[in-house]
Amino acid sequence: MSTFLWVVVPYICLTVFVVGHAWRYRYDKFGWTTRSSQLYERTLLRIGSPLFHFGMLGVVGGHVIGLLVPRSWTAAVGIDDHVYHVVAVGGGLVAGIMATVGMVILIYRRRTVGPVFSATTPMDKVMYLFLGVAILLGMWNTIAGSIFTLGGEYNYREGVSVWYRSFLAFQPDAGLMADAPLGFQLHALVAFGLFALWPFTRLVHVFSAPVGYLTRPYIVYRSRDEQELGSHTPRRGWDRINK
Amino acid sequence: MRVMAQMAMVMNLDKCIGCHTCSVTCKQAWTNRSGTEYIWFNNVETRPGLGYPRTYEDQDKWKGGWELNKSGRMKLKGGGRFKSLVTIFSNPKLPSIDEYYEPWTYDYATLTDAPAQEHTPVARPKSLISGKNMKISWSANWDDDLGGSTETAHRDPMLAKIADKVKFEFEQTFMFYLPRICEHCLNPSCAASCPSGAIYKREEDGIVLVDQDKCRGWRKCVSGCPYKKIYFNHRTGKAEKCTFCFPRIEVGLPTVCAETCVGRLRYIGLMLYDADKVLEAASTEDEHGLYEAQRDVFLDPFDPEVMREAEKAGIARDWIDAAQRSPIYALINTFRVALPLHPEYRTMPMVWYIPPLSPVVDVVQETGEDAEDKGNLFAAIDALRIPVEYLAELFTAGDVAPVDAVLKKLAAMRCYMRDINMGRESDPSIPAAVGMSEEEMYDMYRLLAIAKYDERYVIPSAHTEQAHSLEELGTECAVSEYGGGQHDLFGEGSGTPTPIAVENFEMLQNRQTADTLAGPENKGARVNLLNWDGKGSPPGLFPPKGPDS
Ligand code: SF4
Ligand code: SF4
Repeated sequence: MSTFLWVVVPYICLTVFVVGHAWRYRYDKFGWTTRSSQLYERTLLRIGSPLFHFGMLGVVGGHVIGLLVPRSWTAAVGIDDHVYHVVAVGGGLVAGIMATVGMVILIYRRRTVGPVFSATTPMDKVMYLFLGVAILLGMWNTIAGSIFTLGGEYNYREGVSVWYRSFLAFQPDAGLMADAPLGFQLHALVAFGLFALWPFTRLVHVFSAPVGYLTRPYIVYRSRDEQELGSHTPRRGWDRINK
Repeated sequence: MRVMAQMAMVMNLDKCIGCHTCSVTCKQAWTNRSGTEYIWFNNVETRPGLGYPRTYEDQDKWKGGWELNKSGRMKLKGGGRFKSLVTIFSNPKLPSIDEYYEPWTYDYATLTDAPAQEHTPVARPKSLISGKNMKISWSANWDDDLGGSTETAHRDPMLAKIADKVKFEFEQTFMFYLPRICEHCLNPSCAASCPSGAIYKREEDGIVLVDQDKCRGWRKCVSGCPYKKIYFNHRTGKAEKCTFCFPRIEVGLPTVCAETCVGRLRYIGLMLYDADKVLEAASTEDEHGLYEAQRDVFLDPFDPEVMREAEKAGIARDWIDAAQRSPIYALINTFRVALPLHPEYRTMPMVWYIPPLSPVVDVVQETGEDAEDKGNLFAAIDALRIPVEYLAELFTAGDVAPVDAVLKKLAAMRCYMRDINMGRESDPSIPAAVGMSEEEMYDMYRLLAIAKYDERYVIPSAHTEQAHSLEELGTECAVSEYGGGQHDLFGEGSGTPTPIAVENFEMLQNRQTADTLAGPENKGARVNLLNWDGKGSPPGLFPPKGPDS
């Protein structure tokens, strides 16, 4: 069972995530967008959206550090466990609360503002469910697990993180996850579900974060010739001449 | 010198009758899909008026276009790149749908479905955004013909600049129509604001387009464009803008708005310009100097040096030829009667306008004086400061001198031509008063008054040797509702795009230039119902009739 949950399922989700993106990018560049609804409503969005997005940036950053940096490394540069814990929980709380509040505002807006609600696709709703549950479980783990230590002390840096790195190294150690508290287990599972959904939702816009804007020239010129003929590769059996 | 060619347009505002034909035909051609209900690539505004979207010209509020920073360098008024990325999660300067209008339809079905009843059933307006019943309180043309202007016109940002002199009283008022499309700027701030780099200017003809596959819906272009000529398609989540009807231009046809213009007031042609000088010209410190600075960027297509450089830059001989015959060049540089719209936005717009003389003529006429007399008209231009200053706010950043000069030329033409039309001796002192020769004045009259189709539209077609790379072969156009992109899984219009076929436009051109009604004979046997106008049977639908039938 634990092999299934902590080896098979994660790898399936990871595969869907990677292959799904490649497929979506080829098949549906036109649908690759934020699908903004700011035109319909802006007051709530102006508060909720930055809160949520900046909160999420913090959350993601925290996860990268927490999951990928081994305990021995931080110890080596002289950060002891207590300091790490305080910084991690503090930062995690701030980012988590921002993301949660932002998300609540956004979901409230989505449900109550008529035009926004009618522009919500079924895929959006499923995605919101997974994202929302993942965030709430994450908050639960931080608050209940790390601050009030309900259900006993658990240092994820010795468990979940190690498993995660072993997973990325393709030598998964399922036992580490099986021993983790239920909250962490659920959080990880829901998150993997979210990753599997990712390429099929509007979340793809995350990979379009336009950092290139900082360096490119302001005005883009393009020639008719040099450009590909549209996004779609020609149907099978049709070869373009001179190309 | 880096010669580039630009497709440009001039509109002669005196002739616009405000019929909105251009807007409607444009909409039928380009934005009749869901998600684009409120999108008018071409709109016609009554001025003074609020414009579309409301008060878009108030750049203190909307922060569109460019400005100079302290050291005199160009910067986006909405803020630099970093600020743009930091505010990406909610664009602070995006007009909401209310600033445009909430599009609606009517529930026509009640008209036929209603049971027998005492009162006539009415079709109620239904919002196309929320689907609910709605009260119509604004639209793209709410203040058309100064409708309701006593309540709204004082909010016109351009009128506000000269407000202390204006009492907006009906008896003293003036008005004219301003048709607007995207300006296809030489220094487009929409492209500069796009974080994804999806908006580009075509090297060959300067048309500014949004790559629908690269647009990620950040909406920065909407706020970046000071003319608010980029619209956000709220179903597909992509930005859309006027395309200068590039599939038509590529085969030498004028844009739909120009082709269908009732007043025949639009001119289309090429301008050659020096791309190296654009930035410098746009950074001219004095706003009043921007008009002249932009004129300096244009190159004289008759200059052998320019011709040589153009050919070196890969501009084909027939394009240079077209640039020489360009009505745009004549109106902007030879006769100097066309002015840019809001040069102070520093985007170097390329749709220019001949300001209307009619507000002046109307006043003279009302006084009972002769409105074709040079003395009367010149005196009126000098006396009627309000309309003239208002025009200056639109076309020369408030500098009245160039507007005065243009109006006087138009007035002089009116008087000069009257003598000729009445069979009297022409008076050379009239053109001389505005610094023109008799011949020049007559040429200007010809171009403004009686120019035929092929003089108003001088459009070299794209080169057939490059036909395989014409964009129309693979254009992304969200026509999924019309078959093709049937996969709506990820929202409106997702999935593989349906191309606009080059055949559509080539057949259209063939038919329009053919002598037969139903379609040219023997020109391609493909059945294309898209262009079939109902006359005869569409070509290629049936096999050719045998000789015996
Ligand atoms: S007018 Fe057209 S080209 Fe100019 S900034 Fe606006 S959208 Fe861009
Ligand atoms: S079709 Fe011509 S005359 Fe009519 S509103 Fe448009 S520009 Fe003016």
